[in-house]
Amino acid sequence: MESMSAVLKSGGALFSGAEGVIQAQVRQEDKTPREDRLTVGLPFVDDARMTCRGVSVFYGEKHAINNVSIDVGRNQVLAMIGPSGCGKSTFLRCLNRMNDTVEGCRVVGDIQLDNLNIYDRSVDVVPLRAQVGMVFQKPNPFPKSIYDNVAYGPKIHGLASSRAELDEVVESSLKKAGLWNEVSDRLDQPGTGLSGGQQQRLCIARAIAVRPEVILMDEPCSALDPIATATVEDLISELQEHYTIVIVTHNMQQAARVSQRTAYFHLGDLIEVGSTDRIFTNPRHRLTEDYITGRFG
Amino acid sequence: MYPSFFLLLLLTIASLAYMQGKRRAFSLTGLAAGSSRLHSRPGYYGLLTALWCVLPPLLIFVFWLAISDSLLIAMAMKTLPTSLQNLSLDQTDLLVNNLRNLIAGHVAARDIDPVLEKAAEQYIGLQHISQMALGVVMLVTALFSTFSVYRRICPEMRARNHVERIVQISLVLCSTIAILTTIGIVLSVLFESIRFFQQVPLTDFLFGLKWSPQMAMRADQAGSSGSFGAIPVLAGTFMISGIALAVAVPIGLMSAIYLSEYASSRVRAWAKPIMEILAGVPTVVYGFFAALVVAPFIRESGELFALSVSSESALAAGLVMGVMIIPFVSSLSDDVINAVPQAMRDGSYALGATRSETILRVIVPAALPGIVGGVLLAASRAIGETMIVVMAAGLSANLTANPLQAVTTVTVQIVTLLVGDQEFDSPKTLVAFALGLLLFIITLILNVIALYVVRRYREEYE
Ligand SMILES: Nc1ncnc2c1ncn2[C@@H]1O[C@H](COP(=O)(O)OP(=O)(O)OP(=O)(O)O)[C@@H](O)[C@H]1O
Ligand SMILES: [Mg+2]
Repeated sequence: MESMSAVLKSGGALFSGAEGVIQAQVRQEDKTPREDRLTVGLPFVDDARMTCRGVSVFYGEKHAINNVSIDVGRNQVLAMIGPSGCGKSTFLRCLNRMNDTVEGCRVVGDIQLDNLNIYDRSVDVVPLRAQVGMVFQKPNPFPKSIYDNVAYGPKIHGLASSRAELDEVVESSLKKAGLWNEVSDRLDQPGTGLSGGQQQRLCIARAIAVRPEVILMDEPCSALDPIATATVEDLISELQEHYTIVIVTHNMQQAARVSQRTAYFHLGDLIEVGSTDRIFTNPRHRLTEDYITGRFG
Repeated sequence: MYPSFFLLLLLTIASLAYMQGKRRAFSLTGLAAGSSRLHSRPGYYGLLTALWCVLPPLLIFVFWLAISDSLLIAMAMKTLPTSLQNLSLDQTDLLVNNLRNLIAGHVAARDIDPVLEKAAEQYIGLQHISQMALGVVMLVTALFSTFSVYRRICPEMRARNHVERIVQISLVLCSTIAILTTIGIVLSVLFESIRFFQQVPLTDFLFGLKWSPQMAMRADQAGSSGSFGAIPVLAGTFMISGIALAVAVPIGLMSAIYLSEYASSRVRAWAKPIMEILAGVPTVVYGFFAALVVAPFIRESGELFALSVSSESALAAGLVMGVMIIPFVSSLSDDVINAVPQAMRDGSYALGATRSETILRVIVPAALPGIVGGVLLAASRAIGETMIVVMAAGLSANLTANPLQAVTTVTVQIVTLLVGDQEFDSPKTLVAFALGLLLFIITLILNVIALYVVRRYREEYE
């Protein structure tokens, strides 16, 4: 516990230079006093797959994530909720360094996967991203056939030694994502021709075909009907036995159904973390309570 | 001077008409006071009035431009003495030419023929009158059509639909002009080619292996009767264009990939304009670069390997032409690669793909139509290029597969055939049209093939 607080402190010191800017921005956007925005609850767990300490993210001058420290438990589902624009996607993208591709984006702090700092110089992002897969908020199928979309990852990582094996990977991935029945007879048609919800499931199938160990899902059910949503939720519960999952959602019931822990973000701050049951029955922070009871702006 | 003055006047009236039409529409709403509303927004009524003010006189103006000159010439010729009126067609043409020169003042004072001078005076006088008349007619038409539309303005009038209809018609007209021009050029080339093929059999032209278009001018002159086999010239064209594309496509594509995927935005900001300057260098400059620097260099390096290289070679021309067309490939490819959404890259990276895998498997396929477009543009530039070939590859039509020898191309031959005084009924000049037609057909086929390839392999993103 001691070492952890030391890390926290050093994380805080890392961006103390930018403190003035942050303060000004916070005052502009929100009336909540600074000291009320410290994380409450239990951000740390004993058996952590990923640990984040003092993570801050800047888009140029804009301060999008402010000193967030949180653990992602092994074989657990962590749900991230919060109002639109609070930085959920930004934080999620830090976990597999997708923010590297955003020009002008700067990440400070310490993020570890299995006790290895993923922002360390020696870390190669390519295997990291194969290990930490991601489903994006906006479905982005490749302009290839449905089959090739799913087979893309397994092909480049050499996960299938024969065509038959590849077929199997594609089929099982599509089945898990609940898309197989709809597309099994038109695998050679472009993935971009699918409906929005189908594309979303295609992207889920594409991500799990690589068999990542940690899966980051950014609102994977935002365009899905209740039946498809239930399929994806089943998938998450099934995956959770072997994988670690972080999911962003705007749907409280979904967070309550699939996750063990929930984190509430507010304007770049991590306000409250705790077991999902506790957060939804007995939120400690006023902002969390306002949000989950629907009183938020 | 007069026509431009009238056009100005017309525009002034048109703007007045716009305001009046609009005002009338406004006043109608006032009167109707909610019971019957205007069909369109008042601006459309104004626009319609203004359009009706401008368009009919403009049509008259264009019509006058088209016919006035020949009409006036005919009238001026009527004033000539009868002895000069019943000449043969050729002589009349000559006379008309003289008359025109006189009217334009291109003739020195002492050469002036008094009879013609009178005709010229007549012409100029008539021209003045016709210009005045034109002005008056245009104004009257403008006022009349404006007024008749203005009077018909009422709340039920579908002014917006009328205006949109007029705009649509003008759009159709514009595209028709482009199409008609194309058709016209193709047809004129086609007819001249047919004249050529009446004198030289089509098969001789298409499959002949010898190109020497020199023909004896007079019966007593020694010399060949000319042979018009297009194969050597075509082969030269393809060899040089092939070399050029072999240089330009890899270099252009790779620099496009570097610029759009790897280079920082600062490098991009100065590197791209510099590459595009390449496209702005006049081809003559490339030409002497090819002839004075590249060709000697190739010859010297050839000698090192005991190869005989002629001082003019296809290789020199092709290499320099390749450099010239790099920007066509790189700039267009760079644009389309940039247009591939970042989400595609993110999707690929998030699956653990490397940058090169992403480029090869996602970005290039998605950008393929644009890349092929750039290559096609470069190819047509290469096929059409003349100057570099003249200067670096020579004029001799060798049928050879050796790029170290001098060759010639279709466009170069067309130029040499048509330069200087030529009679337009000998096969020697008519073959230029046949060559042009052949080139046109070949590039058309290339385009169709490329289009097919793109359709077949395109990966369309949203
Ligand atoms: N590429 C970028 N450049 C600059 N600012 C950005 C960029 N991406 C996000 N932001 C800003 O960062 C903040 C957090 O954005 P983020 O996308 O993480 O929100 P979010 O919580 O995922 O919202 P939503 O629920 O609507 O998806 C927002 O204020 C946003 O405007
Ligand atoms: Mg988001």
